[in-house]
Amino acid sequence: MSASFEKGYNALKEQVDSTVAAFFSSCVHCGMCADACLFYTETGAPERTPIHKTEPLRRVWKQEYTLLGRIGKLFGIGEKVTDEMMEQWETLVYDSCTLCGRCTMICPVGNDIAGMIRKTREGMAAAGHAPPGLIGATKRAITIGSPMGVKLPALQAQIAHVEKDSGMKIPLDVEGADYMLLLSSMEIMNFPEFIDAVAKIFKHANVSWTISSEAFEATNSGIQIGASDIAAELVQRIVDAAAKLKVKNVISPECGHAYMAIRWDGPNLIGKSYDFKVVHILELLDDLRQQGRLKINGRLKERLTYHDPCQIARRGGVIDEPRNLIGMFADNFVEMPETGKMNWCCGAGGGVSSNERADEIRLQVFQRKKDQLDAIHVDGIISACSNCRIHLEDGLEEYHMEIPLLSLTETLAENLEES
Amino acid sequence: MTETELLTWVRGPGFQIATIIFVLGIMLRLFEILMLGRKANLAEAKGSEMSSGLRTVFSRTIPDASTFKRSAFTVTAGYIFHIGLFVVIFLFAPHILLFKDIIGFGWPALPSTVIDATAVITIITLVIVLVHRLRDPVKRFLSNFDDYLGWFVTILPLITGYIAFHRIGMSAPSLIAIHILSVELLMVVFPFTKLMHMFTLILARWYNGAISGYRGVQS
Repeated sequence: MSASFEKGYNALKEQVDSTVAAFFSSCVHCGMCADACLFYTETGAPERTPIHKTEPLRRVWKQEYTLLGRIGKLFGIGEKVTDEMMEQWETLVYDSCTLCGRCTMICPVGNDIAGMIRKTREGMAAAGHAPPGLIGATKRAITIGSPMGVKLPALQAQIAHVEKDSGMKIPLDVEGADYMLLLSSMEIMNFPEFIDAVAKIFKHANVSWTISSEAFEATNSGIQIGASDIAAELVQRIVDAAAKLKVKNVISPECGHAYMAIRWDGPNLIGKSYDFKVVHILELLDDLRQQGRLKINGRLKERLTYHDPCQIARRGGVIDEPRNLIGMFADNFVEMPETGKMNWCCGAGGGVSSNERADEIRLQVFQRKKDQLDAIHVDGIISACSNCRIHLEDGLEEYHMEIPLLSLTETLAENLEES
Repeated sequence: MTETELLTWVRGPGFQIATIIFVLGIMLRLFEILMLGRKANLAEAKGSEMSSGLRTVFSRTIPDASTFKRSAFTVTAGYIFHIGLFVVIFLFAPHILLFKDIIGFGWPALPSTVIDATAVITIITLVIVLVHRLRDPVKRFLSNFDDYLGWFVTILPLITGYIAFHRIGMSAPSLIAIHILSVELLMVVFPFTKLMHMFTLILARWYNGAISGYRGVQS
């Protein structure tokens, strides 16, 4: 990963397409995206206005792809992108944006601002102006296979634990299975209950599945830092493993950006459609529900809400499925004000949680989530992303709130009829 | 140059030059955008790009309730001056005559007293919008020369039109000539400023809706 300003500039040039040009041509500096961004609403810092974070990309578009900009460049006038400028933008692009996409939903002229910030990161990473925490995670993902440094023996140890505790067999490297499950490092290390829950549900619903020992990691630091080549390599490992095991479907686990990476970005990164289908675990569970393959034993009386992970809901399209599933076991479900595609981010997605430098601000902007939760007084928060879950727990602790966090998959598994 | 000669020039060659720059400029800008193209999406679609894109072109005109609450001033003022501009430009009888001259057909006009009142409201709103831009921390921070130039060339024809309508200070031909000149300035500047959003927002909204719709989300 040798980085230079020239590489960064060229990477930005490569990011410009007709969507970017239409978006920049349409911005009227109305400032409404600021009001949609928790990094602005909770800090009041105008430089954190979403569209401002895309300034390096805008300047490249203007100077390279518009007549006026090119004439200006010829005469040495106009706003240039410099290495110093990119360095200055680093904290705006990485520490103050989770790529949550709420700005994209409200922009009155229709700019996909989150998409533009994602593209800006490609230039920033290539120029070497990415946070050390994310660079480290990305290097570990490439060399070790996991951003948190989780190797196969660690997974095998967790599987052994789960098998011992539950008496179920966790299928590893089973050729011809219908589904290949991916996991996030966070699940393997912090929430191995997830593996147990999936095994229980799949046994209950008679789903043929496996985990690959060669590609079990679902997360993709490449798409967080903005390095398409690395992101593509990580996706390719999964594609190769799926081909080797001849599976028909790959399951993306309870992790937001992993779903974005494997479901929506993946084929475009490797330049080829898949030979298998990618489903989010919630999509698969909702499918099983529709087929009548999930039998629930008893219902929960607690007042519960659901936190939509941005990359799964607003940016990923999985919005109704979790609600259908929660409806199976929850008697007292309540939505947060502004929910589904308009939900507020927890504050730690898009690589922010891997970036220690952003620890303070991610907890500061959690105030937004606190306000949402204060409005509904719940006994539990269900979510479907282990990164959201860790950060929600952090935030609740910081603000002295005691609300338990539940994984949707795990909660469902706990309420299944014994089979 | 007498005032009659001036009026003849602005109505003739002046208007032609401005129209050519306006039309070619817009075509150039749209060409600059569209020629860049975009890559085909290789991920399996969960929804339709086309219908979601078309829906967003219209639906993005109306903010959702919580967004309206947060950006109430921007949205309300934006509505007032955009509708005001539309009414004053397209529903004033003399303007309709001009359009009829160019495109061959006209449409019913609003009474000039209504136009007059609308012009005053629009001018006042644009002044308030400028003051807000100068005072609001986010807007002031984001604003550059383009924002102020765009504002200036938009309010100028409204003011010169208002003065011409009321024949304040000068003779009618001079006032009309000045009004038309201010419109020509707007037309010449239009394609190269943020005023282009009038056309490009259709593309931007379509792309926005298409990107979301492909993933099964209505944006």
